[in-house]
Amino acid sequence: MDRRESIKSLFLGSLIGGLALESCVGENQQELNTKIWEYQYGRTPKEKATDERILSESFFTSHELKSITVLGHLVLPPNENGNIEDAGVPEFIEFMAKDYPNFQDQIRGGLMNLDHDSNSLFGKRFILLTEEQQKSILDKIAFPDPELSGSEQTQPIQFFSLIKNLIMTGYFTSEIGIKELGYAGNIPNVWNGVPQHVLDDHGLEYDPEWIAKCIDQDKRNDTAEWDSEGNLIT
Amino acid sequence: MQIIESSKIYDVVIVGSGAGGGMATKVLADAGLKVAVVEAGPHFDPANPEQQTQLKWPYESPRRGANTQRVFGEFDMAYGGWELEGEPYTQVGDTQFDWYRSRMLGGRTNHWGRISLRFGPRDFKGKDRDGLGENWPIGYDDIKPYYDKVDQLIGVFGSKENLPNEPDGFFLPPPKPRLHELYYIKGAKKSNVKVIPSRLSILTKRINNDRGVCFYCGQCNRSCSVYADFSSGSCLIFPAQKSGGQVDLYVDSMVREVLVNEEGKATGVSYINKKDRTENKIMGKIVILAASACSSARILLNSKSKQHPNGLGNNSNMVGKYLHDSTGTDRMAFVPSLMNRKRYNEDGVGGMHIYSPWWLDNKKLDFPRGYHIEVWGGMGMPSYGTGFNVNDLNKYLGIKVGGYGNPLREDIQKFYGSVMGMSGRGEAIAREDNYCEIDPTKVDEFGIPVLRFNYKWSDFERNQARHMHNTFEEIIDNMGGVVLGSKPTEKENYGLLNPGRIIHEVGTTRMGTDPKKSVVNEFEQLHDVKNVFIVDAGPFVSQADKNPTWTILALAWRTSDYIIQELKKQNI
Repeated sequence: MDRRESIKSLFLGSLIGGLALESCVGENQQELNTKIWEYQYGRTPKEKATDERILSESFFTSHELKSITVLGHLVLPPNENGNIEDAGVPEFIEFMAKDYPNFQDQIRGGLMNLDHDSNSLFGKRFILLTEEQQKSILDKIAFPDPELSGSEQTQPIQFFSLIKNLIMTGYFTSEIGIKELGYAGNIPNVWNGVPQHVLDDHGLEYDPEWIAKCIDQDKRNDTAEWDSEGNLIT
Repeated sequence: MQIIESSKIYDVVIVGSGAGGGMATKVLADAGLKVAVVEAGPHFDPANPEQQTQLKWPYESPRRGANTQRVFGEFDMAYGGWELEGEPYTQVGDTQFDWYRSRMLGGRTNHWGRISLRFGPRDFKGKDRDGLGENWPIGYDDIKPYYDKVDQLIGVFGSKENLPNEPDGFFLPPPKPRLHELYYIKGAKKSNVKVIPSRLSILTKRINNDRGVCFYCGQCNRSCSVYADFSSGSCLIFPAQKSGGQVDLYVDSMVREVLVNEEGKATGVSYINKKDRTENKIMGKIVILAASACSSARILLNSKSKQHPNGLGNNSNMVGKYLHDSTGTDRMAFVPSLMNRKRYNEDGVGGMHIYSPWWLDNKKLDFPRGYHIEVWGGMGMPSYGTGFNVNDLNKYLGIKVGGYGNPLREDIQKFYGSVMGMSGRGEAIAREDNYCEIDPTKVDEFGIPVLRFNYKWSDFERNQARHMHNTFEEIIDNMGGVVLGSKPTEKENYGLLNPGRIIHEVGTTRMGTDPKKSVVNEFEQLHDVKNVFIVDAGPFVSQADKNPTWTILALAWRTSDYIIQELKKQNI
């Protein structure tokens, strides 16, 4: 069995898991998510019950969710990879508000205050403003005072930092966001060191004496044997 | 309430299924003994797809990996934490000890860092060097043959370095360093800080046909579904069962106390079946406690009888005393030349590929014992928290922090993989006045009296933490990095984390030759009761600047061999 084959066989278990998932893709997204959350990420019975409870409750009103979505598109405008809705960001923020209740007042109150400012300035709630008007409001709350710590910032700035953080993390932990960021792992592979062109870019090289101690990946499947002094002989 | 007693009498009842319990199970079952393993949590097998979190993406969870359910993030494979619902503990005065527990088959071995360091010759005889603490009754030569056997049975990668206090073993070859690790090596060398390949119990090479070889997902904390890392279930308990051993697993079974007969000898344990909340007994000729240092002390102290009114094995009054955890403090660095990195998969093994063992002589320093440095960083899998305060680092580049829109995309791309960190993990001095005891005012949800902790750091540990930060800052500077955060002050204990935070707690049932000053003998056998043994980290006299697991395993094997010999001689 060559190296690649043996890695494949090691992975049969997880490959089967992946195939089972793909076969569900024809169903609607909600059902798929439910299936994933119910069966696919190793929950204990108690954790599963918590997830199910949270998923069956709703916290934000439809206006609040719309506001979060509008803010999401301003923080991360749609691009060729997709948009924050494709990344499930509004659902994620809804879930986190229930999973971590400390967020509830900060987000709900923050949205309310955002609408108050929008009404005072432009006579309309935030989501009904033109993009230009929306941005003129964000320009005032999107830049924290560098002299102050997070909790010393004014409430509108703290609110925007929080919602921005959740939008960013929601997007960049989604399938499209991870692809956009270029994370290349979470797959079976054989690590054989930093690519040479990267070492060159950084003006670094491997110390030959160090590398001589490291694994020869062509022998990774040869069963280890040692002499009586503990020297590896395979 | 009626207590249910099983009619079966085991040769050995083992309480706890982590490193020590797993090793005792393997050695004693292989020797043909009938073994009961009593575990407070559920069954767990890393290969069970219903429990598996390895290779899951953050978007497969509604909370994207956040830690509201599991304290190290929801994909971490520990059913536990510092706070467990229904299982409180208390503190004396304003002292603070944080007690981590993992309730599952295999215990904390399912998620640990796999850092597998032998104690060296000096580590067993600290008092000879500086007059502090106590020497172990054994030395490196006593335990070396067992370290050698553990290496070959379980597998550990590393390199032969011929360092005086970092003994070499039967190593598998280590993986090559990652990019940020090369930066660290460069920075550390300038400061004459030794760096060597790390020593982790992860299979970079096949050791047998029952376990797979590492496929470099970097997720050992999720427990490996092909058994390429060490977990007690996958490497010890399941193999013991598979080779025909007589092993009965009692899961969801929380042990309350050790039972004794008229002569004061142990006859078994009583436990609470968590599923039906009944109290039950399991009878055995020998009882081995492997519930973790503090849990085993708690069981002993709760095992009061007319034969042992002060708790079992506690004639010396030493049970619970000399509790100590590794010291620890961390620092992060921003490395501008690691900005705008080319993308490639650098997950590697779960944990660091390099580390710095202790490199100095304490005689010239204001603290008596050493520490090692762990290194972390890289282009890891995004998880909850990725993208938070995305461009805060702009302030080091003279660029505005904050904003919205497409510039944020550029910022996250730019900074991805440019932050790394260092953690110092050192040896604390074991002291009699750092202890756990029974709190008579409280029980847990199973009606078992809980532990109360009393633990304070001394200047030895604080000075060591200050030295760690000075070292980190120097290395970061040498790397061309920017130290993040300000140096912790004296008021902040120089950044020293609360005791219990490093999860290396040891010493509560320490070994010694004098029954007045120790709880067990060198074979981890209670001085007071010949058929009770302790094979977790409780018997450690001192914790060294290493991690405890490899020594727990070696001692548990040595103790198990002793039990087999003593049984043959009919001494137990």
